[in-house]
Amino acid sequence: MKNTIKYTLPFLFLLFIWFSYLFENSIGEQIALNFWMFFKEMILFLPLMFILIGLFDVWVPREKIEKHIGEDSGWKGTLLVILLASLQAGPLYGAFPFAYLLWIKGCNIRNIFIYLGAYSTIKIPMITFEIGFLGLKFSLLRTLITLPIFIIIGFAMEKYLKGKKFEVKQP
Amino acid sequence: MIGLTIVVFVLLAVSLLADTQKTIKGVTRGLKMFLKLLPALVTMLALVSIMFFIVPNDTLASLIGKGSGIKGYFIAAVIGSVSLIPGFIAFPLCKILINNGVEYSTVAIFITTLTMVGILTLPVEAKFFGWKVSILRNVLSFVAAIAIGIIMIFLL
Repeated sequence: MKNTIKYTLPFLFLLFIWFSYLFENSIGEQIALNFWMFFKEMILFLPLMFILIGLFDVWVPREKIEKHIGEDSGWKGTLLVILLASLQAGPLYGAFPFAYLLWIKGCNIRNIFIYLGAYSTIKIPMITFEIGFLGLKFSLLRTLITLPIFIIIGFAMEKYLKGKKFEVKQP
Repeated sequence: MIGLTIVVFVLLAVSLLADTQKTIKGVTRGLKMFLKLLPALVTMLALVSIMFFIVPNDTLASLIGKGSGIKGYFIAAVIGSVSLIPGFIAFPLCKILINNGVEYSTVAIFITTLTMVGILTLPVEAKFFGWKVSILRNVLSFVAAIAIGIIMIFLL
């Protein structure tokens, strides 16, 4: 049942696009172009990200992760997840599977959310692009203000979730 | 993107040389996870492309332009939250917004919510973190984005 729903929506959407082209419906065609633009980005980068996740999974042992970004890792662990996140690329939803992997390898709650924050706002490939369009001053300021704020969010999430049965699940 | 591609291929090559069996296991595991997530992602992107069609760029500029004040900030934050625009389109778009008289602080709010808050990706996020935690993270990020914008006003 759940699987049927899972595949029905994408199927209906593709059917809609197909009919739009068949009957030269300009609204449908425009939506299809938008879809292609997003899909292209996803299909180019996500498989790479997942290969990275797979390799990370088989090569990096749990003890290593636990020691460096786990329960008692402190500021060095925070610095490490920020560094890790800033070297990656792609939209936020690409970070969720990686966060899951970090979690099952023993990363603590705080660092999971700091990782998500860093991944979404201070990726180095993205910042170079931002500097090109919006200037060095703006990009640097935005990054420097954002950094402490998502570290605070990480601490807040940890405080709130500690003791509750929080876990990152595999979908 | 090119950077990531090179890094992944170099790591893949090193991994293959070190242990072929282990590498195959890792790559299969990663791609299996990807295929499992794919239908949810396609659904999400379909919704995004419909949204993107409904809200065109020039409407955006007039809603959050000069003189729109606090309301403009709020609208920028909401639009950023419900949009899912790839970086290579978002930054040129921001440049256009600035040329049309939108302030830098508003753009900062827009970028922050765009990247940190994802209403449309919420169903995907909830698969990993559960609904309650995902909503909480998004609300905190939304508030943070507005704070970032306000700090930017004083610094720029």
